Amino acid sequence: MSKALLYDATMCIGCKQCEQACATQNHLPYNDAVAAEPVQSEHKFTVVLTKDDKFMRRLCMHCEKPACASVCPVGALHKTKEGPVVYDVWKCIGCRYCMVACAFGQPKYEWQSLNPRVRKCIMCPDRIAAGKQTACAEICPTGATKFGDRDDLVKEAQERIRQNPSNYVPRIYGLNEVGGTSVLILSGVNPEEYGYPASAKIGDTPMPEYTGRVMERVPDFIPVWSLVLGGIYWISHRRDEVAAAEAEDRAAAEAEEGKEKNGSSR
Amino acid sequence: MKIKLTFWRGVFAVIMVLGLYSSYVRYLKGLGAVSNMTDQFPWGFWIGFDCLCGVMLAAGGFCIVGAVYLFNVERLHSIMRPAVLTAFLGYLLFIVGLLFDLGRPWYIWHQLIYMNPHSVMFEVGMCVMTYTTVLFFEFLPSVFERFHLQAPIRWIKKIYPVLIVAGILLSTLHQSSLGSLYLIMPMKLHPFWYSPALPFFFFGSAVAVGLAMTIFESTQSSKAFGRQLELSVLVTLGGALLVALWVNALLRFEDYWHRGLLREIFRPSYEAYFLWAELLMAFVIPITLLSFKRVRLSPNGLYWTSVISLLGFITNRLNVSLIGFETYVGHHYVPKWTEFSVTLMIIAMGFFLFAVAVRYLPIFPHEEIAAVPQLEPELVRVQGVPALVENAGD
Repeated sequence: MSKALLYDATMCIGCKQCEQACATQNHLPYNDAVAAEPVQSEHKFTVVLTKDDKFMRRLCMHCEKPACASVCPVGALHKTKEGPVVYDVWKCIGCRYCMVACAFGQPKYEWQSLNPRVRKCIMCPDRIAAGKQTACAEICPTGATKFGDRDDLVKEAQERIRQNPSNYVPRIYGLNEVGGTSVLILSGVNPEEYGYPASAKIGDTPMPEYTGRVMERVPDFIPVWSLVLGGIYWISHRRDEVAAAEAEDRAAAEAEEGKEKNGSSR
Repeated sequence: MKIKLTFWRGVFAVIMVLGLYSSYVRYLKGLGAVSNMTDQFPWGFWIGFDCLCGVMLAAGGFCIVGAVYLFNVERLHSIMRPAVLTAFLGYLLFIVGLLFDLGRPWYIWHQLIYMNPHSVMFEVGMCVMTYTTVLFFEFLPSVFERFHLQAPIRWIKKIYPVLIVAGILLSTLHQSSLGSLYLIMPMKLHPFWYSPALPFFFFGSAVAVGLAMTIFESTQSSKAFGRQLELSVLVTLGGALLVALWVNALLRFEDYWHRGLLREIFRPSYEAYFLWAELLMAFVIPITLLSFKRVRLSPNGLYWTSVISLLGFITNRLNVSLIGFETYVGHHYVPKWTEFSVTLMIIAMGFFLFAVAVRYLPIFPHEEIAAVPQLEPELVRVQGVPALVENAGD
């Protein structure tokens, strides 16, 4: 069963304990200065944003079909069956295609490091494997971030919208976006206002399909194109061989003719 | 002549010193210190120019090899070696550029063991690796010839058909795949440059640039090394370039038409200015120029037309890789001087290695080593050029 996180912005009080728990879990520095940073970075995997008196959390969406994993040439990123999209730093060559490909702009880079890593929320895979919740869900005092099975959380989110339709934008962000994500968002205002990409813009198509459509042709293309090229090569060189042979024949015939002529004239 | 040489040597020295300083910053302070790349702009000038443009500019190798061996255009045989050399050096330098750009270049070999066949980048990597090897073998005969080794040449001649077919196959794959890299970001790349047809554009532009680059490179070599300028060769290339430009232009037009952008591209905007620059230099100016017989028959005309179209296609690749992302990101990316400096150093190394190879290896056909001062126009007209002209347009 695939796990997921449901973040309900209407329940969030902006205490930023999730930020702190995340930093502790991932051995990242955390102090007042970091808490005040309103952006994600290589040392801040999740951020609680404030607008007026409303809050919104940002973190890796853990796509069901992650673009980052599909583009990585060495498979350093992959989606586990439990839900998290994890990163194997020892494989990474640092091409940063994952960063360019991610629709949510989640992977960040250690630009100052001499052996840089890609950094992002990895949804506490060790904790999940041990049967625990993610650090952010565990610490959340109001239950705004809730950990559970994705199917259950989707049902619960739909239930919350039905019971309090006036509180919510009537949709679950992440249910279908880019083919669905393991982070689901409920909110009173559109997540787009906090920098989330517009649903209409990213669509429901899993991102890997855009390149997959081309990549799946490659195995067929190689033999066909080789045959075509080899064929052209063969034909154009065959033509040369034939021409050469004909020229030889002609030369031989002419020589013969010449001899005969010479003979007859004598 | 001597003053000119020392001048260029001076330029070369300055470029190398600055480049070495930038390399020092890159490897001892990190990517953040050497470049203006950020989390919002993870791919900068090195990907845009060194990689995308570099591979495109090295396309001459497979274009000329294809023309000579697949389509028997015997006339081009004399420029095959310089074209292959240019391509070989181009790919080697592309790999050097990659070693600067990759965050962990010492793991570049991971490609070979942790393969992800779904990744376009993986495909590009594998193709570039194998194609560089193929180019190495295509280049080897000139080395063997230099040392009068007949046996290995015969051996390479035997596998030549395989090399040629493999080389063109691999080029088709990775030239187009460089465009496929961008297919996964429809929401980030500006619609002027994001198109499902990107792989076709990248392959098409590679062919056009391969031809233009060969004209450029032949002319430059003839000036620098006092070789005879093979006008009939240039005229053939110019004709082919005109066709390639038309095909590219029609593809682009079709694309904008189908996606309903024809009105949009004429409306002034930040992106539109860059698009106009690109389209003018890549298509409008060169196609117009090449439509005049006088330009198609003049070495100077062909040279400048190629230069303009090269600039146009370089603009195109930079638009795809940098300008096209600025609206999405919300701010401009301007490369740091150290980024330019590394790129310049790599280009300078390319010129240097080319000169060394030409000096010590039989790259140009022997009979031309005797310097012919200037090709007389009268002579040219006699040499069956009218026949070529007819081919030039088709």
